[in-house]
Amino acid sequence: MSAAAPARAPWFRLRQPSALPGFCPTLGFALLYLSLIVLIPLGALVLRASGLGLDGIWQVATSPRVRAALEVSFGVSLAAAAVNSVFGLLVAWVLTRYRFPARRLLDAMVDLPFALPTAVAGISLAAIWAPNGWIGGLLAPLGIKVAFTPLGIFVALVFVGLPFVVRTVQPVLADLDRETEEASASLGATRRQTVFRVVLPSLLPAILTGFALAFGRAVGEYGSVIFIAGNLPFRSEIAPLLIVIKLEEFDYQGATVIASVMLAIAFLLLLTINLIQAWSRRRFGHV
Amino acid sequence: MSDAPARPRAEPQPARPRAVTRPARPRAVTEETTLTRRLLIATAIGFLALFVMLPLAAVFVEALRRGLDHYLATFSDPDTQAAIRLTLLVAAISVPLNMVFGVAAAWAIAKFEFVGKSLLTTLVDLPFSVSPVVSGLVFVLLFGAHGLLGPWLEAHDLQIVFAVPGIVLATVFVTFPFVARELIPLMQEQGTSEEEAALTLGASGFRTFLTVTLPNVKWALLYGVLLCNARAMGEFGAVSVVSGHVRGLTNTMPLHVEILYNEYDFVGAFAVASLLAGLALVTLVAKSVLEWRFGDALGQSRLH
Repeated sequence: MSAAAPARAPWFRLRQPSALPGFCPTLGFALLYLSLIVLIPLGALVLRASGLGLDGIWQVATSPRVRAALEVSFGVSLAAAAVNSVFGLLVAWVLTRYRFPARRLLDAMVDLPFALPTAVAGISLAAIWAPNGWIGGLLAPLGIKVAFTPLGIFVALVFVGLPFVVRTVQPVLADLDRETEEASASLGATRRQTVFRVVLPSLLPAILTGFALAFGRAVGEYGSVIFIAGNLPFRSEIAPLLIVIKLEEFDYQGATVIASVMLAIAFLLLLTINLIQAWSRRRFGHV
Repeated sequence: MSDAPARPRAEPQPARPRAVTRPARPRAVTEETTLTRRLLIATAIGFLALFVMLPLAAVFVEALRRGLDHYLATFSDPDTQAAIRLTLLVAAISVPLNMVFGVAAAWAIAKFEFVGKSLLTTLVDLPFSVSPVVSGLVFVLLFGAHGLLGPWLEAHDLQIVFAVPGIVLATVFVTFPFVARELIPLMQEQGTSEEEAALTLGASGFRTFLTVTLPNVKWALLYGVLLCNARAMGEFGAVSVVSGHVRGLTNTMPLHVEILYNEYDFVGAFAVASLLAGLALVTLVAKSVLEWRFGDALGQSRLH
């Protein structure tokens, strides 16, 4: 891309020749910094976990309290990511396709869960959905308790996951070719058929990517959940909180095991997202 | 292009009954009916109001529940002031560090072709997929009393975890990718021809970077720094694990919010929270302004 290849290029080289200077110092610094801040600390976790052996990990991971926490974390995260996929798609659709007053304000607000510190979101959500709060107060007479139950965790995870779906779907939707929709309509499809058979299938990779991103964020989320969850063991205790509890009890082994399980899931998700995007590039020619 | 509303087809329309007051524009085949459209817009606004705007409003309402005097009293508490100072200090250290890294990594990754480039790009994004609590835990496992380097640190009387260095490390970890991931796609898009021209004309490498590359990416750099700073000041999970929660010493603002909240000082908790929410709002406004004014200069990757 940069310099013209010489007449007899070697069949393999570590780096394509370039006229620009500064490759070695910048790459060297980046690698050193990456190793010190990210790779070595994560390596310490992996090393610690491997010291326990598969049996040791299995034993801790299937102990009743840990299993319950992992189940709560994954179950509620799945539900929240699913809801976010539906409403995130809807919000992305409305923001890209329609013009209405305050659209830009709404568009900017979608990023609020990224920008608002999780602890702030946590206490605020707890105040709103508590039995004496703005919405909790409306639901209390109906016998619905949100805050301090798994439903509270769900509300917090919907909050943190929403921008992932919207921001993944939005650019794809904006780039979508309107002519395919016109073709579909001119071939006699109703608007509903066009949307469900032509538009949605080509949005599917973006929706799945958004789902995976929202799910990954939800599983690891801590700050916004602990204030609203109630944190009852076996009922509304999430895995990240159990790591903190184990650390406070100096149970480093327990904390390490839960963390490794969560790290493994994070890697799997990263792999899944990459596979979805590769598949989408092959099938649709865009991400 | 697809932004423009689809034009209605020039088809002969049957005469409409007079009851329709406005001259109705025929619906294009790629549009939904007005009713559907209104329902969808209403649902989207309702959903965002319920899940996003209400929490934001609640922060300020709760903070001012007992009046302005109570609100302001929180900030004369020395522990609150110490928390604010520590938060500013942590951000002042970690944001420049990640900025330098981001620029260096982007230069190496975007301007050169080398083996293992895509792996490196993936690794840069790695901290985003790690739970904040795990990000804190790795430093406890490394530097804590029972950690790998714990005995050595103790012998040399150095404390990292449960002290300010640990908080900085955890913050640097969670904000690691912000600047790099803004710059890399943009600099890749821009290619190397302008830098090559500058070099041909006799500029030094450093001068080329300062006068050619930097002006090209300055808005994206600012964008990345903005997001990096917001996260650095607001990080809770990772910092909570390594901080030790010593009031006035290792308490950042988000941690102080938690302490006040758990002591049932709700007005105090929401008052500190309102500062952080204000920071989030300023970040959002600045970010939106950058996107509207300099959208082209930011590249195409608007995905966080």
